[in-house]
Amino acid sequence: MAFSLTEDQTLLKDAADGFFADKAPVAGFRKLRDSKETLDPSLWGEIGAMGFAGAMIGENHGGSDMGLRAMGLVLEAQARTLGVSPLFQTGLMAPSILKLQGNTVQQDDYLPKIADGSLTFALALDEGAHHAPQKIETRATKTAGGWSLAGKKRFVQDGAHARILIVIARTDAGLGAFLVAGDAPGVTRHALSGVDSRDLADVTLDAVSVGDGAYLGDKPLDEATLDLILDHGRIGLCWEMMGLIGATFDMTHDYLKTRTQFGQLIGSFQALQHRAATMLVEIELTRSCVVAAIDAIERGKSVGEAVSLAKARTGDTLQLVTNETIQMHGGIGMTDAHDSGFYLKRARVLETAYGSSGFHRDRWAKLNAY
Amino acid sequence: MTDIETFRQETRAWLEANCPASMRTPMAESETVWGGRNASFKNPDSKAWLEAMASKGWTAPKWPKAYGGGGLTGEEDRILQDELRRINARPALLSFGIWMFGPVILEFGTEEQKQTYLPDMVHGRTWWCQGYSEPGAGSDLAGLQTRAVLDGDDYVVDGQKVWTSYANHADWMLCLVRTEPNAPKHEGISVLLFDMKTPGVEVRPIKLISGASPFCETFLTNVRVPASQMLGPKNKGWDVAKRILQFERTNISASGFGSGAGLDLVDAAKESIGLENGKLANSDLRSRITKQRMYERAFHLTMRRGQEEAKAGAEVSHYASVLKIAAAKLNQDKTELLVEALGMEGLGWEGEGYRPEALKVTRDWLRAKANSIEGGTSEVNLNIVAKRVLGLRDHQ
Repeated sequence: MAFSLTEDQTLLKDAADGFFADKAPVAGFRKLRDSKETLDPSLWGEIGAMGFAGAMIGENHGGSDMGLRAMGLVLEAQARTLGVSPLFQTGLMAPSILKLQGNTVQQDDYLPKIADGSLTFALALDEGAHHAPQKIETRATKTAGGWSLAGKKRFVQDGAHARILIVIARTDAGLGAFLVAGDAPGVTRHALSGVDSRDLADVTLDAVSVGDGAYLGDKPLDEATLDLILDHGRIGLCWEMMGLIGATFDMTHDYLKTRTQFGQLIGSFQALQHRAATMLVEIELTRSCVVAAIDAIERGKSVGEAVSLAKARTGDTLQLVTNETIQMHGGIGMTDAHDSGFYLKRARVLETAYGSSGFHRDRWAKLNAY
Repeated sequence: MTDIETFRQETRAWLEANCPASMRTPMAESETVWGGRNASFKNPDSKAWLEAMASKGWTAPKWPKAYGGGGLTGEEDRILQDELRRINARPALLSFGIWMFGPVILEFGTEEQKQTYLPDMVHGRTWWCQGYSEPGAGSDLAGLQTRAVLDGDDYVVDGQKVWTSYANHADWMLCLVRTEPNAPKHEGISVLLFDMKTPGVEVRPIKLISGASPFCETFLTNVRVPASQMLGPKNKGWDVAKRILQFERTNISASGFGSGAGLDLVDAAKESIGLENGKLANSDLRSRITKQRMYERAFHLTMRRGQEEAKAGAEVSHYASVLKIAAAKLNQDKTELLVEALGMEGLGWEGEGYRPEALKVTRDWLRAKANSIEGGTSEVNLNIVAKRVLGLRDHQ
């Protein structure tokens, strides 16, 4: 199993860490939040210029072909500083869907525009508050020369700003994936104000018509393929969560070494030392699972099990570390002026997205036949 | 063919020819081989298998050939372990000497000590025990009081050790002693090696809550040990002691506390409780079993990651404590869940009315309570992580 980074990956990681620390510091997110904005077009432009959006796209389509592992490193770096961009949906989800379900025409049309950052995408899948990829009531009805879509998608990440929505809808032959322009007639996007101040929207589709070319792969989206697409996404979320874990643990570790009470550094109190060490143990175990999940994808073996292990474990560890961050910072951690609250809020959204820890433990048990 | 492929083929052929058929079946607990002067082999194949493996030095594959080891590189050793797993070979020898003491004799010992002790370990001719804890020195190991005073060419040792694993079977002890009572506690400790038959050594097994007696009290009264049997420099024994603890913790974690054999948690729960609509009928237990199983998987992945990163040259000394903490929790939780999954059958002590494997569940559950105590308590290991990895200071 490849747990260590290659030389190229190390270079990319260093570049990404430096880039986000410099161009997207937490102060940038705070400014965006204060102005109630959920997109920073200039940051997205620079991300495009760095080539990060094309990490999972082949060189023939203008990408760097570095793969999911590389995208994970970039997402981790972005999450460390709470950088806001469409990178996850556009750079990871969209290429995964296009490559696993799209046909060559669709790939040729769209992959280059992802790689150069000129188009953004959002997967419109869930229809309720809980992740349920097979519970789809949005309908796609065949028309002459195309399809007509109707239904309501809830809590769509990047749904307010994305130029193209990838809508999962039910056809007579099962589920299908459709490319729908965000400004197409019949599409109503209602931006939501979520706890993490990110782009999130409810999307209503009312007799939205698309051409035949919008039907990805021109074939139904079977359950195994949809699972595999979502498993790619879940790994991306795990890397984002690792970024949050790293940032909050470092923040807390620093505080233990600088804050004094009773004339002592608080990090000299054994009650806190043991809790800090416990976090470190959990983080080590979690990182192994995330890397093993990527490895499973690359080998195409036991993917569901490995990904659910990673998503559940990362979610649990993130919850532990973000809660301890607030507690160990005491009152200052409760203030809006301190950054720890931003991480806590973002953490719970990522823990919930594409299946909570409980969802993934249940899935893991089912995959093990009990 | 590359050298390494040749090595694999030769190893496979040798194992095929030399590993007896009965040694390719799951280990029966009564047939484990610890060696030693008084070794008895319930299954004669165990003896043949040990002799064959020892003749190649493969009971200690990476030790130098000059001291009876296999002289293998890391890669060759991994291939050997692969090939042993492939045929489900039993371990030819379980040995504290090979796991913990041989490596420090290689690192700190004199040439004469290496020649004297290592080949006997490889061949399973000596069973070693670890003279560490004392009644007044548990977690505070460096507070040990067993004294060794130089008298002519000998040290005279007086004191008491406790929790000495298998001292009642052991032939030799590696013993921590205080040689400088007036120095700060970490700076007055030395390591002596001595034969358990030396006059003045008395061993009494301690019966545990599990009914077994793996640990002993060892009383040392006027025990004369030649000064040439000191390992490492006088008063620098704490360095040796810490190295051994690292090997011990790594070894404990790798073994998963040795209760790997036995009932599988999910199978046991399915059989004892049953399924409803394809799911374990007790949904609360199902979710706790799942958490436990996933934690176990995360632990094994981390073991592999540690090995891989060590191979790549990363600094991984802290993994020993991290993994020891996780392994203790893991085994304790697992054994608790097994007892729960079996209901009243998981709470038998002995005799009829209980399946033998269910009785083992009870005993393993009780034995597992020591997992967070032995080899450094979980609290001591958390201290180590906090101080050595996180750099958090002591209270002033």
